Amino acid sequence: MTMTTMPSPVPVDADESTPPAPPASVRTARRRPPIGRIIGWAILAITLVATLFPFYWMVKSALTPAADVIADAGNLWPSHPTVVNFARVLGLLSAEETRAAGGSGASINFALYLWNSIVYCVLIGTFQTLFCAMGGYAFARLRFRGREVLFGILIAALMVPGIFTLLPNFVLVRDLGLLNTVWGMVAPSLLMTPFALFFLRQFFLNIPKDVEEAAMIDGAGKIRIFWRVVLPMAQGPLITIALITVVWAWKDYLWPLLIGRDEAVRTVTVALGVYLQQSPNTQPDWTGLMAASTLSVIPVALLLVFLGRRIVESLNFTGIK
Amino acid sequence: MAPRRPRRGDGRVALFFIAPVLLGFAIFYLYPTVRGLWWSFTDYSLLAEPEFVGLDNYADVLADSEFWNSMGVTLQYVVINVGSQTLIALLLAALMHRLTRSVALRTTLLLPWLVPNVTVGLVWLWLLDTNLGFVNRMFDSMGLDKVGFFTDPNLVIPTISLINTWAFVGYTALLFYAGMLQVPQEMFEAAAIDGAGELRTFFRVTLPLLRPILALVLVVSLIGSFQIFDTVAVTTKGGPVNASRVIYYYIYQQAFTFFHMGYAATMAILLVLILGVLTFVQLRLLRASESQLT
Repeated sequence: MTMTTMPSPVPVDADESTPPAPPASVRTARRRPPIGRIIGWAILAITLVATLFPFYWMVKSALTPAADVIADAGNLWPSHPTVVNFARVLGLLSAEETRAAGGSGASINFALYLWNSIVYCVLIGTFQTLFCAMGGYAFARLRFRGREVLFGILIAALMVPGIFTLLPNFVLVRDLGLLNTVWGMVAPSLLMTPFALFFLRQFFLNIPKDVEEAAMIDGAGKIRIFWRVVLPMAQGPLITIALITVVWAWKDYLWPLLIGRDEAVRTVTVALGVYLQQSPNTQPDWTGLMAASTLSVIPVALLLVFLGRRIVESLNFTGIK
Repeated sequence: MAPRRPRRGDGRVALFFIAPVLLGFAIFYLYPTVRGLWWSFTDYSLLAEPEFVGLDNYADVLADSEFWNSMGVTLQYVVINVGSQTLIALLLAALMHRLTRSVALRTTLLLPWLVPNVTVGLVWLWLLDTNLGFVNRMFDSMGLDKVGFFTDPNLVIPTISLINTWAFVGYTALLFYAGMLQVPQEMFEAAAIDGAGELRTFFRVTLPLLRPILALVLVVSLIGSFQIFDTVAVTTKGGPVNASRVIYYYIYQQAFTFFHMGYAATMAILLVLILGVLTFVQLRLLRASESQLT
């Protein structure tokens, strides 16, 4: 393709010069009816509705009294809105009150599960990011024998699907007596994941060496340089990888299901699965389940509200080198 | 400094920096890999010590019709899921690229991706419930028959595929969108001057330049789709009559319901091999078609 130096920033009326151009062309001049644009916007609008409606329905169901669940199943708005479902899944009501509100009376304490999930995510997000930053820096900047080979071996683990290491890791954690403990749950991803290591090394490879060298001339050691110079420079990528790690940890299901069956360490996702099974009736406790589901979405939705731009931009960063 | 003498290494410091990563890798990646390989040659019930049985597990798995059934179900899921996700994501990315720079829109599209698969499964289980679900209520009020999205063996995999398309398509679209932003603006201007319409520009300019990202996304989502578990575990538990028992779920059942750890490990290894071959072939094909272009 031949490149033309750009004559004008906006190529308006470009197809005006070619009279036989079919009207199907979306980029039409302003005077023509922009059918293509309208269709395009319509598709985006439909997508937006399709994206949001399940969330709306989840919240709407959570606000519906259990007794109205059949009557309201086709209504877009709860006829008698209530927050009782949230109260009962947060463990704020007594067993009788819970039963009266349509629950099974089994103990459900999403306040605890939310806390457990937060602990799980914060531990993994913090330590994995820190250790992978250290490792990534060493593999990018420090000289030592076998560096390239070792890095290649570590990154090869990216190709191994989770289930392959999951089975032996379960047995290992069991043999160490760490079943149903926080440490057993966070252990496999606390120190590293190949993805985080790879991601951070890529970043360190690309930052200019000058600042580090200047600090070295001033007599600072490598560790000091890392803490005082490199880490502050890497804030953006560190937050990005920590965010991604936290989101994945929040979504985790199979591993916490295997290791953390006890209520004391149960995470939100595991609790949701257990809750679905606990229903004494033929029909699951939908209003309670939707209240619990809403609670599982709120923390990540808040992340998105406050860090949305950063998350969206970080995708540009991780997806493409 | 003498040129031939290697620069002073950072051995000790480096060890300090990489020790946590190495430890994590050795304990939770390397050791389990070796252990899993060993188990695949043993009869291991989780309760007693593994007992060496040679290649028996491999022979049994390959002769197990349930294994092949699960592979078939998984493949069906992968094809529908990866296909719909990629096509819709491309369309959305192209539309966003041409119509709007709205961060709010992009942020909203990302929301389903942030939500646990378990939640996604539950919400759709409720929306698509045969009797009380909103969708069937609407069908009913329009005089249509109710649809057993999760109870009809022929519908259950398409249903789960589309649910996960809903969950991941926004994320994929944003990856494509980011790739489109990297295409030099002059390319589009040149195409416009040549009188190319939107569709032509998309297929002749955008798509070819997007190929590296397309390759990456396809490989990643293919590997990811083969590992579907959460949604199935929550919505159908592999039912009805194993119609949605994907390979990950079957491995999980063999290991933790039937305590056939050796057998499960063997299936996991076969899955690794299949994924390895698929990735290799896919990368080869994409690279081949890329070189044909230039």
